[in-house]
Amino acid sequence: MISKRAFVAVLFTAVALLLTPALAPLSAQEPQIPPTNPPAHPPAEPPAGAANGPQPGPAAKPASPGPTQQGAAPGAQTRRNAIGDFLATGPPPDPEAVARGEKLFVTNCAFCHGSNARGGATGPDLVRSVLVLHDEGTGKTIGPVILNGRPDKGMPKFSFTDAQIKDVAAFLRSRNQAAANRMDYKILDINTGDPKAGEAYFTAHCAKCHSPSGDLAHIASKYDAPSLQNKFLYPIEHRYPGMPGPPPDPRAEKTVTVTLPSGESVSGKLDHLDDFSVSLSDASGEYHSWNIDGASGPRIEVHDPLKAHEELLKQYTDADMHNILAYLETLK
Amino acid sequence: MKSNRIFAGALSLSAAAVLIAQGLDPGKLHQPPTDTWPTYNGDYSGRRFSPLKQINAENVRDLALAWVYHADTGPGASPFGNQIKSTPLEVNGVLYFTLPDHAWAVDARTGRELWHFKWETKGGIHIGNRGVGIYGNWVFFETPDDYLISLEKNTGKLRWSVEIADVKQEYFSTPAPLIVGNHVLVGVGGDSLDVPGYLEARDPETGQVQWRFNTEPKPGEPGSETWPNKTSMSHGGGMTWMPGTYDPSMNLLFWGTGNPNPVHAGQGRKGDNLFTCSIVALNPDTGKLVWWFQPSPHDTHDYDDVQTPVLFDADFHGQPRKLLAQGARNGYFFLLDRTTGKNLVTQPFIPLNWSKGVDSRGEPIPNPAKEPKPDGTLVVPASGGATNWPPPSFDPETGLFYLSASYSYSVFYLTDTDENAEGYGGRDSGVWSQSALEAIDYQTGKIRWSHVYPGQGGSISGMLTTAGHLLFSGDPSHNLIAFDPANGKILWHVGLAASLSNGPMTYELDGRQYLIVGAGDMLYAFTLPLNIASQPSSPSGTTATSP
Repeated sequence: MISKRAFVAVLFTAVALLLTPALAPLSAQEPQIPPTNPPAHPPAEPPAGAANGPQPGPAAKPASPGPTQQGAAPGAQTRRNAIGDFLATGPPPDPEAVARGEKLFVTNCAFCHGSNARGGATGPDLVRSVLVLHDEGTGKTIGPVILNGRPDKGMPKFSFTDAQIKDVAAFLRSRNQAAANRMDYKILDINTGDPKAGEAYFTAHCAKCHSPSGDLAHIASKYDAPSLQNKFLYPIEHRYPGMPGPPPDPRAEKTVTVTLPSGESVSGKLDHLDDFSVSLSDASGEYHSWNIDGASGPRIEVHDPLKAHEELLKQYTDADMHNILAYLETLK
Repeated sequence: MKSNRIFAGALSLSAAAVLIAQGLDPGKLHQPPTDTWPTYNGDYSGRRFSPLKQINAENVRDLALAWVYHADTGPGASPFGNQIKSTPLEVNGVLYFTLPDHAWAVDARTGRELWHFKWETKGGIHIGNRGVGIYGNWVFFETPDDYLISLEKNTGKLRWSVEIADVKQEYFSTPAPLIVGNHVLVGVGGDSLDVPGYLEARDPETGQVQWRFNTEPKPGEPGSETWPNKTSMSHGGGMTWMPGTYDPSMNLLFWGTGNPNPVHAGQGRKGDNLFTCSIVALNPDTGKLVWWFQPSPHDTHDYDDVQTPVLFDADFHGQPRKLLAQGARNGYFFLLDRTTGKNLVTQPFIPLNWSKGVDSRGEPIPNPAKEPKPDGTLVVPASGGATNWPPPSFDPETGLFYLSASYSYSVFYLTDTDENAEGYGGRDSGVWSQSALEAIDYQTGKIRWSHVYPGQGGSISGMLTTAGHLLFSGDPSHNLIAFDPANGKILWHVGLAASLSNGPMTYELDGRQYLIVGAGDMLYAFTLPLNIASQPSSPSGTTATSP
């Protein structure tokens, strides 16, 4: 029993390296939300692991999920709603009111508070202002301040109408929410590398499996840059059950061969593997599973097509990462 | 046999009735947990080591389900499902535990619900709740909308609620209150809008503030030299979102603090940013800072340093020492002398890449090249950390410190390059991770053994060790597992409906030892069949405990 267990453990150690990684962590205190796709983003603590606490999370989603991301649209919306709920930032204000409010703000308030409401030389930041946060876009708290000014601090009165106050309040609310909702932060220009160096790296390390005129032809037209960066770093998307997203790429699927004590051997797509069981779907789609607890438990050999990605991931410098992206971005 | 059992049950019923009338015996807080689990970590030390050994390495294979309780919150559950992250307290035969906005009392022998309290929330991030604190006949817990709630322990009726933070500034509260003397210690959380962190002591009778420790100093105070200006200090973060530990002999409280804010944008807060990402030693009667150690100076990767500061007395290179150990989210294991905060060991437990090394104080030196950048930096570990809040354990019999480790990569992007960045100022995108259980030698920080989980999913789980020579934890594939703490050999497992979502705990009632774990919205209790539980000791010394 013991020796068998030891055998299994050793095998697992080897196998574990082949296995997919897991959900990416999110940020923020505990990880909690399910990860989403490639770039995705959730909040900070993932839900307990796919059930468990800490972990997972995904990560940030690159801004602009882009319409090009296959299948992303409905999923992204659902995800956004779920994440908005999670972050509890409240319903967004009416966009038209925000637009009117911004005009009023820029004209009347920006000189002191900055055009983005972050504050200026003479006026405080309003994005993280306690008074503004308590207003919650209603105008009830900020209205009296606008109408009466703060003479002691040099703020004049503004004779805004109720409607104008509400519009300014809506604008400030949108600024509060934009700062608080990290999921919607726009990722800046990440195409900063040297495409020539990236091409050289690609030729040396990636060309064995990938071709710029084959599977990667026009890849840069299919994904925005942050998605593409995540894809080449490790092209698997982990999702919690029930989270929407495109179907897995069949090229990334692991396969497994399970050899029983009798010598019989079954191969197929790996469904699940842990310390105690293994399961697969064979070529006909039939599901098979085995406990790993016999004295001569099954021998398990996992083939992970993404093994090379994992090995490279552990070698990349940041310059390598930027250069490879720059090269892939040339494949429009 | 049967009649015996009924007789014993009747006896303990009457005994329990007397105890319940008395509430929680404060003396229980100063003893290793046996018939009572009176605080989040079982005792003040944070070791999560139980002296119980009825369930032991020789009979654990016979462990059987005693009961299951489904924590049903009704409509309006959190978008990603309920996760019991709280460690139940067990007092006088009753378990007390929580989900965000909810608290329950459940019979520790049968799993029968005694009461269920629901708080009508005004909002806040419902990411988790670590559980309750109990003082006398009062139960305390915190809510996502930042109230400290006090309930009557025996009925679940609301005594009072007091606001401890402002949800409109994006604070939310998840810790289990820690009771020390007549202080209810409450921490807070919230990173979305750069608010300052603090820890408060509140009066168990009225909820009023006794003292407050601010994570950030005011201008001119010690630590203020580690911030560029007053604005950065007043928006500095450093949340206190996990329960700390306490040494009664020194009357010192040990608390971990969270990351500085803005989380990923460090350009407006150059400096070490004390006392964020720090372990602080406080006087529990005054809140006065006695010493500090900073595991992550100037953090920009969300490496909250709130992992349990675990306290134990042991030899360090031949000399008896009062020690404090922490497996930190940033990937380092730290060992300190807890009388002074002096560092004894700093050693990575995963191959991290955010630091350039360790300085003369034993604090890691962040590598500026790995701070978040507009075009991304590839960093180990990811923002979820090399470990996270799930509680570790220290087993004094093996001398090993056990934690869930996540070897993870993420790309960190700076999205707000303004000198006065706001909110997070950046985001990170997880790439890859792998989960393992690691057993660390506290004297060297070296990994004595590890078990890498082959399954997919990077979840990490809490730990419990016992005098039965057992280590309980969970894998990412929904299994609850008993390991041999000396070598990592798997001795038993059971598949649950979800992965372990809290720290396992244990207690003994009427001569039966129970093991309790939370997995998703289910609470599971395991015990030995009576015929095995009542067997006498084995030659190896793992004896059944008799009441």
